[in-house]
Amino acid sequence: MINLTANIAGVHFKNPIIMASGTFGFGREYSKLYDVSLLGGISGKGLTLHAKAGNPGVRVFETASGMLNSVGLENPGVEAFLAKELPYWETLDTARLVNLGGNTLHDYVLGAELIQRDADARSAAGKPAVDMIELNISCPNVKEGGIAFGVKTPVAQEVVRAVRAATKLPLAVKLSPNAEDIAGMAEMCQEEGADAISLINTISGMKIDVRRRRSVFNNLYAGLSGPAIKPVALRMVHQVAKRVTIPVIGMGGITSATDIIEFIMAGATVIQVGTYNFMNLRAGSTLVEELQQFMIEESISSLDEIRGII
Amino acid sequence: MATVISNERLADGVYHLRVEGDHGGTMGQFYMLRAWGAYPLLSRPLSIHQVNEDGVDFLYHVVGEGTKILAGLEPGDSVELEGPFGTGFPAVEGKVALVGGGIGIAPLYYCAQELPGSDIYLGFSREAFRTEAFRPLAAELTVNVGGLVLDSVDFTSYDHIFVCGPHPMLKAAQLKGIAAETAGKRPNVYLSLENRMACGIGACLVCSVSCRDGQRKACADGPVFLADEVIFND
Repeated sequence: MINLTANIAGVHFKNPIIMASGTFGFGREYSKLYDVSLLGGISGKGLTLHAKAGNPGVRVFETASGMLNSVGLENPGVEAFLAKELPYWETLDTARLVNLGGNTLHDYVLGAELIQRDADARSAAGKPAVDMIELNISCPNVKEGGIAFGVKTPVAQEVVRAVRAATKLPLAVKLSPNAEDIAGMAEMCQEEGADAISLINTISGMKIDVRRRRSVFNNLYAGLSGPAIKPVALRMVHQVAKRVTIPVIGMGGITSATDIIEFIMAGATVIQVGTYNFMNLRAGSTLVEELQQFMIEESISSLDEIRGII
Repeated sequence: MATVISNERLADGVYHLRVEGDHGGTMGQFYMLRAWGAYPLLSRPLSIHQVNEDGVDFLYHVVGEGTKILAGLEPGDSVELEGPFGTGFPAVEGKVALVGGGIGIAPLYYCAQELPGSDIYLGFSREAFRTEAFRPLAAELTVNVGGLVLDSVDFTSYDHIFVCGPHPMLKAAQLKGIAAETAGKRPNVYLSLENRMACGIGACLVCSVSCRDGQRKACADGPVFLADEVIFND
């Protein structure tokens, strides 16, 4: 009998496969293709306090073994999510992660407070609520001149501390690979009371249209994801897992069961799948099946046996 | 997995792919296709050219790595299909014009079958293709090579005009629709947009279209939009 379950801060994951924020919407579209309740969890589309229209111009460009995206956090806002999407999530039997971003410290805190208040009301009514907040600190910090909150540890610390104070919900902090010191950043998050670290977000990249002599993206740079970033992601997950004692949620270019196993061996407790959802619209069901098959073949009865062995 | 019935070259870089299987869909909807492993990363959205009893047809132009691989497919080869996706052209009544530019004629063949008796306008920059297949379905067929086929369309003579073609053609069609109002009769102009897509089902938000009521998704809310709704930013 294979045990695929995991637990992070009391949140139960039936398997280690979570769909990554920004690649899965809120699950509705994929639910027409397969039963998304077979997933370990879903991290919903990144939210900000207020709705955002996202970036104009080109938003996606394919690269060698990856893709650049510049969606610009298009989202309906926290309140619209709680009113319109969370009732749908109630019907799913999977862990529900809310990905929260913000342009200012104030936005982050107000967003987290709204989610907490909603969770309180739901648990009082005996209804399922958000299971975990995944804090996205890769957003530009308006006050700091647009540089991401996730680059410098002291800047990130302010956000993590403020959001930690604003919510009792299990809190994962999603780190940017563009951080100056990724392991130091993770350590800070642990000290500030985060329950988990998730990494990596996309790597800042660029594409130039040589005939038009301009960047393909209006925003100049864009976020690289997909198999191209997997080696970097794996190395960073390994570095972070060695440094902190809280669980690590690993991601970056996972497209197979063996990729999942690599991340677990590097120290991840659970993993997320992002860009692979675009390569295979049934990625979730494919991977759950493949992972079970692989574990049977390799006589692994629980991921605990191989977690962090490298 | 589906099996390739045929993959015929129609013109320079233009192919007609026929795939076996029970694949449905309505006018203007599309499928996501891939016939490769991890690279290229993304599947390719292709509009439905025709739905047959034994399969579905696509018309495509080789522009990049993905369509180059598609062009190499031979009968009996496998291709992955997901779909049909998207909101296509509406089933309309009245006098209809179908206006296609280049590879944009692809979804209009299915429209021509569903709306027999339409006037059909097909424009090509260098070489015409597939025009004779349209002829028996058209009340009147206009073919233009090297010019602007849209110039031949009198927008005041139609109730509905379906347009699919290059970006400048769609913008011009939107303006002609507006101009028709001052001439007394304004048709419903529907544009089929071609945006870069990743998921094709409305989750990733990379194929966003600026519309009067905010951002819409080319893959789910479209690819067909009423011309009046779309805001062209460039």
